Formats: sequence, C-alpha cells, structure tokens
Amino acid sequence: MSEHKIELSINGRRQRATVEGRMLLSDFLRVDAGYTGVHVGCEHGVCGACTVIVDGLAVRSCLMLAVQADRCKVTTVEGLAADENSLHPIQQAMRDEHALQCGFCTPGVVMTLAALTGGAEKPDAETLLASMSGHVCRCTGYQGIRRAILKLAGESEAKQP
Amino acid sequence: MTLHVDGAVIGRRLPRKEDARLLTGRGTFVDDVVFPGMLHVAFVRSPIARGRIRSLDISTARDLPGVLAVLTATEIDRFNAKLLTFFFTPPAEFPFPLLARDRVAHVGEPIAMVVAQDRYIAEDAASLVTVEYEEETPVVTIAEAMRAPPIHTGADSNVGAVIGVEQDEDLEAAMASAPYLLTRTVRHQRIAQSPMETRGVVASKQGDELLVHISCQSPHLVARYLSHALDQPHLSIRVIAKDVGGGFGFKNHPWREEMSVIVGCMLLGRPLKWIEDRWENLVAACQAREQEMTVRIGLDRDGKLLASHSDYSLNSGAFPQVPDANVAVHMFMWAAYKMPQCGFYSRAWYSNTAGLGAYRGPWGMESLARETLLDVAARELGIDPVEIRRRNLITKADQPCTTPLGIPLEDITPAECLEKLLEKFDVTAFRAEQAAARQEGRYLGLGIAAYIEPTGAAGSMAPMTGEFVQLRIEPTGTVTALMSTHSQGHGTQSTMAQVIADQLGVAYEDVQVFEGDSSRGGFGPGAAGSRQGVIGGGACRRAAALLKEKVVRVAAHIFNVSAESIAIDNGIVHIAGAEKQARSLRQIAEIAYGEPSRLPPGMESGLEAQYRYDPPPVTYTSAAHACVVEVDVDTGFVKIRRWLSCEDCGTIINPAVVEGQIAGGLAQAIGAVLLEETGYDDRGNPLAVTYKDYLLPSIADVPDFEYLHACTPSQSEGGFRGVGEGGAIIGPPTLVNAIADALAPFGEVPLDLPLTPPKLLAVIEGRPLAKPAEKPATQPMPEPIASPAEEVTPHREAGVLVDGSWKMVLATPMGPQPMTGHFETQGGVLKGTLASDQGSQDFEGTVTGNLLKWEMKVTKPMPLTLKYELLIDGDTLFGKAKLGIFGTAKVTGQRASTTTG
Ligand code: FES
Ligand code: FES
Repeated sequence: MSEHKIELSINGRRQRATVEGRMLLSDFLRVDAGYTGVHVGCEHGVCGACTVIVDGLAVRSCLMLAVQADRCKVTTVEGLAADENSLHPIQQAMRDEHALQCGFCTPGVVMTLAALTGGAEKPDAETLLASMSGHVCRCTGYQGIRRAILKLAGESEAKQP
Repeated sequence: MTLHVDGAVIGRRLPRKEDARLLTGRGTFVDDVVFPGMLHVAFVRSPIARGRIRSLDISTARDLPGVLAVLTATEIDRFNAKLLTFFFTPPAEFPFPLLARDRVAHVGEPIAMVVAQDRYIAEDAASLVTVEYEEETPVVTIAEAMRAPPIHTGADSNVGAVIGVEQDEDLEAAMASAPYLLTRTVRHQRIAQSPMETRGVVASKQGDELLVHISCQSPHLVARYLSHALDQPHLSIRVIAKDVGGGFGFKNHPWREEMSVIVGCMLLGRPLKWIEDRWENLVAACQAREQEMTVRIGLDRDGKLLASHSDYSLNSGAFPQVPDANVAVHMFMWAAYKMPQCGFYSRAWYSNTAGLGAYRGPWGMESLARETLLDVAARELGIDPVEIRRRNLITKADQPCTTPLGIPLEDITPAECLEKLLEKFDVTAFRAEQAAARQEGRYLGLGIAAYIEPTGAAGSMAPMTGEFVQLRIEPTGTVTALMSTHSQGHGTQSTMAQVIADQLGVAYEDVQVFEGDSSRGGFGPGAAGSRQGVIGGGACRRAAALLKEKVVRVAAHIFNVSAESIAIDNGIVHIAGAEKQARSLRQIAEIAYGEPSRLPPGMESGLEAQYRYDPPPVTYTSAAHACVVEVDVDTGFVKIRRWLSCEDCGTIINPAVVEGQIAGGLAQAIGAVLLEETGYDDRGNPLAVTYKDYLLPSIADVPDFEYLHACTPSQSEGGFRGVGEGGAIIGPPTLVNAIADALAPFGEVPLDLPLTPPKLLAVIEGRPLAKPAEKPATQPMPEPIASPAEEVTPHREAGVLVDGSWKMVLATPMGPQPMTGHFETQGGVLKGTLASDQGSQDFEGTVTGNLLKWEMKVTKPMPLTLKYELLIDGDTLFGKAKLGIFGTAKVTGQRASTTTG
C-alpha cells in the first residue's frame, strides 16, 4: 500500500500527515484530523453530508482522496464561523428557520451554501435551491432549508448597492 | 448564540437548543466516539438469498497484518445472547441467530465478523474469508411464501403470525346484502427507512461495566434490552446516545450486528466499533412496509358505510424485528368512521429477504387502504370525495362513543379538521380550474384524506411506560432536567425546556435538558408511537409543579408570608405587595441547599423533584390533508402543486417543531408514493443497494406545506397530542388520491406503490402494465378455505360429550395462547374454567347440542369482553373468540380427559 506525505491547511491551520493512497478525504478529516463535523451518509457521492470546501469549491469529501488534498486549503463546518461563540450567516439563517432536525445532513448543506455565497458573486435563490438537489435530508422535508435560502438570497440582494 | 426570550415560552417558535452544536459540527454521533485501543469491525455477508453453508475458511483473513480476530457463530454463540423484539419477547418459536450458523436466509446476512485495527483492513480481511454455499431456491414474494414449504427449519409453514378470521358469517351476510360492494387490493412496496445516519455501535467493557454507545431511539430501552438479551446479571450496563441522525422506528433496538459487536467486545476484551455503511444499510438492515391488503367494503347507494373486511399480508423477511401481524392496522382501519361492522384476517409471511422493521406509522396501511378505497367508491357512486367523508366521519357531536372493535372515543376531530381545511381550500374553485386545465390537456388532481392516530400510548405493553423527569433548580439558579425522553431530531431538549420554563416561571435559556444516557433520568422507550411530547411534556409539567410548590413554601417560610402571596416570574421570586423583597431563584436555591436551618421544619434540603407521568392509555391526534398535483401525461411525472395540512395535535409546545414533524413525515410519504423501492429479483438479490438506485425525495420533489392547527386540548396533562408519525400516515393516501383524481379521465390508477411514471403512463395510454399484477384489482369473493373442523355444523342433538378437560389454543395477536378449559354442563347451562399462564377464570354460558357459547371479561392486556363460540366434534373442538379491539381469534382444542359421574 502506498504511503504519501501531504501538507494542507484545514480550517486555517497548516497540517502535515502521511496517508495511504486509498484513504478518503472524509476519513482523513474525521479520523486523523478530528473534524467529526464531516458526516458520512453514503460514501458514494449522493447524499452530500460529507461536503467540505476545498480551495473555495464545495467538494464531496467521500469522493476525494486525502492525497488529492495535498497543498489545498480545506474548510470544514467547524471552521466556518468567525469564532466559537458565533454562527456564520448561513448557520444563523438555518437556525432561525428551523432548517434542521437530527443535524446529520446539516454540515453538508451549510458547506454547499457557504461555498456558493462565499465569493464575490451573490447567487440568487434559484441557484441556491438548485444546489440543494445534491443534498438529502430525511428529516425536515427541506422546508426550513428552503426558507433559509430565501432569506439569505433576500439579504444578499438587499446588501448589493 | 444566546437564546434569550421574553414572555410566554409555550406555543412559540423558539430556536432549538440542539442547533448550535449541530450547525457547527460539534454534535456527538456514534461514529464520533473514540476509545483508546479501539478496534474496527467489518462483516462477511451472504451473497445468496438461501442455502446451506458448506464450508467457511477464515485462515487467510485472520493472517492479514492488522487483523486481531475473525469471529464466527461458533465464538459468538458461546455467550448465548438472544435477539428479542421491542417487547423484550422472543421473535419466534425458534431463536434468531446473531451470526448465521449453518444456513443463510437472505442476501446480506452476517456470517462472520472481522476485527482489525482500522476499517480499511477489516474490509480487506472480510473479502478474504471464503464461504462455500449449497444454494437453494429462495422464497421472495408474499405469493411465493404462501405456496412454498417453510424457509425456516422447525416452522410448519411460512406464516410467522396470524390474527383474525377469513370469514365471519355475520359480516359476510352484511356485505352480501349491501347495495354496493367495492373490492380492491392495495399494495405498498418495500422501502428503506433510511435515516441519514446509519446504524452504529461502539462497545467497551471495563471489568463488570459494559459501556455501549449506539445509534438508537432510547438508550434506556437499549439498556433494558441488553440486560434481557445478554442475561449477565453481574454486568453493569450503561448505554449512551447523545446525537442520533434520525431513527424513524429503524433504530428501536439493537439487532444482529450490534449484538454481535457487543458480544465480540466482551469476548475480546477490547473496545469495538462498527459503523454500518450505506450498502450494508440497504442490503442487510431491517426494512419496512411490503404489504398488501384486499379490502371489501359494503356501502349503500348514498355512500354510507355498512360493513368491511380486510385480508392483509406482510412480507416479514427472514428475521423480522417486528414479527407480528400488525393488529394496529385493523384497530385503526375504521376507528374514525361510522362503520357498523368490520373484520379482518392478517398474516405475516417469512421469506428470504431482509427482515421487516418498524417505520414511522407502522400501521399506516389502514389509512392508505381506507382513504384510497373511499375515493374509488366516491367516483363509482358519483359522490364527491369530500361528501363521502362528511357522511361517514365521526364528528365531535357523535362522541363519546365506542367503535365496533371496542375503541372508546371522546375527542377525535377528523371531521372538524376537514371542515377547517375546506375553509382554506376552495374545492369549487379548484374543480373549475381542473376543468379548464383539462381543456388545455393539463391534468390536475385533488386528493383529500382524513384519519386519526393513536399517540402517547402507555400502560398496556411492556416498553410503553410513562415518561420520567428528574428536575432540579441548581444552587446556581439554573434548572436541570434529566429525562427519559430521547431525540433523533425531535428537539426534545428544546420542547421539554419550553414546558418546564413555562410551568416553573423561568427563562427558556435557564433550563437545560439532559437525555441520551441510560444512567440518567429513568426508563422510557424513546421516540416510539408519537409519545414524547405528550407523556414527557406531562411529566415535565407535573415535576415542575412539585418543584414550584417547594420554592413557594421555602420563600413563604423565609419571608414569613402566605404561600398565596408568592409568584415566580422569569426566574424571580416575587412577594405580592413587597417587591423590594423579591429574590432570584438562585438566592432561594442557595438557602435551600446551603442553609437547611432556614427551611420550614422537617423539609428536605435542596430544590429537587421528580415525576413519572402515566397519561390516559391513548391520546388521539386527528388530521385532514389536501393535495393538488399535476400529472404530465407525456412523461407520467407528478408535480405536487399544493399541500395543506390541518391537524389537531392539541396544545402546541413549539409550532416549528410540530410543523417540522409533519413536513418530515410528508416528505417520506412523497418518497413512498413516487420514488422509493427496495425490490428484489427472483433470486432474492436486492435491486437498490446505493442511493443511486434507492431514490429519496430531494428538495425539488417536496412542495411548501401549508399548516392549519386545530388545537383541541387532549385529556392528558398539558393537553398535548402526539404528532411524530401523522405526516407519514396521512401523506400517502392524500397523494395517491390526487394522482387518481388527475388521471380519472383515463381510467383507474392501480393502488400499487410506488406510482412511477411507467405505471401512470400505462393508465394514460390505456394499456396493461408490462408485468401484470398477480391478482386482478377487482377479485371475486374469496372461496372459504374449508378446514376439517369448519365442516362441523352446529346440531341440536343431545348426548354430545362436553364435560371434562380440554387442551385449547387461542390464536391471539400476541401469538398462540395455550389454555386448559374445564367444562361442566347441566341441561342447557355451561359452567367452566379457562386457565392459562395469565391466570384462571370461571365463566357461565350455554350449550345447545354441540354449540358452546359464553362471554367473559378480562383485564389484561386491557379491559375486554371475550365472546366464545365453539363447536365440539368428537374429541376436538373448533371455533372463535371475539376479542373486542383485537378482532376475532381462532380457537382449537383437543379433549384431555372426560368427567364421569
Ligand atoms: S457521504 Fe459523501 S456524498 Fe454521501
Ligand atoms: S436534519 Fe436529519 S437528515 Fe437533515
């Protein structure tokens, strides 16, 4: 089995590791790096629970190998808010709108929405809603997720000059 | 992230306490738990549905570096651990194995477990275990199970459980004389409960202490289950489940894999972790539904119900967690309707498929069958679907009343929910829109359905106890509640805090609710039967009232005022007319804990109370829903355009949580009607093994739901009613009815889920489905199956030898009940005794020739009047007993001895 040295940044901290070639990024983040907010719901790229941000893009960490994250900047749900005592606007909107029940799908949903709204472009509600077709939530019937998105899109539009 | 709220806390959409940790990835799910020296488990599973294991070679696997052990049934069985049902009873007359012994009975069945330093190596090693099988032809469907010899050695047939009778003369007579008889077969496919978090367990043992972290629905129930199943009295068992990623009935109790891991941990003396992957979950775990029901309903020409009989079968799979014939289906089939008489016959069939488990609203087939058939009847009789329900639903004015099966009703409101719904939804306007759309070739449909649901049940079944809370005001002034409840997304940490805050007069943010640990709080079965809001909420109110009373007594004593002048508001203890003397709860608590001499004489120090609340036996929730769909007649795709829910869940604790429960259940209903299916090919190979083939509803499939709340307070403390399962029960018929209404111009939509585009296109294009259904939709009356004893006819001749002892068996919904009967006759009078392990009881009845009749009242499992009617034929007897709510049960018997003289 091949071993690889990798160096990457996770939630703003540089980290070095030696990983087997076959190690999934999801397992590396959960087990080796301890970011258990990365949830694994299917391990075959459908449910979206394992979504993290890699170099600004939302990525399913169960479909990426840890070795592929060498020299990348990775953000997990733990690293999204400004500090321990606050919520990122996506998280806040989801909390206000009761967009979660068991919370298992939640980190993935948050990360996709954060990736899409994190850049200079402010996507409209339709784009954000379409992105949710890649996330399965078994608890909520998506009602609160949809409300949170509409709220976020409204806010992001309102902020534009 | 503070949660400060002002004003009333109950009935408000407060943010949930759970959400801060869950939104930031700081929850603790079972896979997040790690122990030093922990090893990982992967299972070797059967690739075939049925056969004998000829050989099992684990040597190569065991030699792989990193592998600690490969355990098979030989090792695991040394512990003699048992699999039990949710009721802590054996699931069948024969034991279910943990790991397969010499035979396999479904694809995915666990055969061996590899224990290795990580999951990667464990899976490598699992693939190196070689098993040779002698493959046999599997029994896959209900129809096959009916014909085939038993799949389990030691069983006489594939019938795992049976209740009711095929034919009841009175009922048959009522149906035969009905002006209109409707017969349809309704099929519900097999589906996967699919919580987003799969099963998982981390077991560790230190000396005599077994610590189990498990994804479950109640750590208390799991601890009790393990204590029965392991039967190791010296063990101290503690079960923890902090965050659980959805349960829905699927995680009611441990099953084969979890039990094997726990036993493996005890054998090896090392902490073991097993996390089910999604493939295992879809292939090997217990699944849900797969049932069919042939319903006959007699109505008059005005659509008034006269009589009904349902013949119901479930495919239980090989090793079902729920091995019974689901009596609740029949109990609630007509409970909300004025149905003068109804009967049923129910059978659960073993097959070479994954076992049947529970799933949100496990008895929901009753609403699916009833509400869809009512719509068929309405269409055939030319009555409006709203009208047929108005003519038959039980209204508030009809209550109190008792249903023909003996269910007492006091405050159900399905009819009132329907009327409230219709205030918001204009049916006439919709019909105009529908007609106009049809002119344009667009097909809109309206589905309406109503139902009641038993919630908050307690007191009649072993695990369904009251709920418990230990409540204290800490010396710091904050309030701590240790509860028997448990959340897998239900938000009980928040709703229970709302109830406590409201009752105690403290701020929501100052109440902390702890659950998820069997060593805290007390027994409760967790999220089972929509109970936690009702019973846990009641317990919180009662305990908070006790605690408040203590605070008032302490304060009255300290300030030397009367108790009536004390009030607690927002954590401040006020004295009427002496506002300056107001104290915070913390100040009172510091005295209560630290200065016992200042307390009233004889009072226990501290501010603590506990309460176990036992609610009325059942609390009913009612609802009516309406849904509008558009079916694309070119593609067969269904678009849901509108969905309204009007439910009556009594006093609402948090509307956002209530609506969340309804929405979640409705999304699952949409999945079941349109998308989901875990089918099998004819060799018993599962056809949906990933989320690419098992289609769950996505955001695009689920519309915005509109809610109306009726809020009739219940009889239970606080007036709450359960709401966890309703959406999953009422959703399917509402949607099926809408689709059937949309496609009515083309023909009748088969009541055969899921209603996939190919099935709907077959209706639209007027052709039979490629694979014809096994039974025609409308079938003739089933021929009575003659059993030798049924050929016995009553006769009036004297000289039948009745007197003496009889060995009898009563086929109850809970399983066959052996009894000893003793009869003595004197002229036409029959006197006797029936004895079983439940006790013995005398009765008096009549004897006419060879016909014996008597009635007797029992109190267990609930007060019932049993009506026996038996015929004697030589040394055998045969007949039935009417068991009220549990329908009719067969009685058989053999003469044991005769009384002479
Ligand atoms: S776990 Fe990665 S998409 Fe499901
Ligand atoms: S909140 Fe449970 S899966 Fe989304």
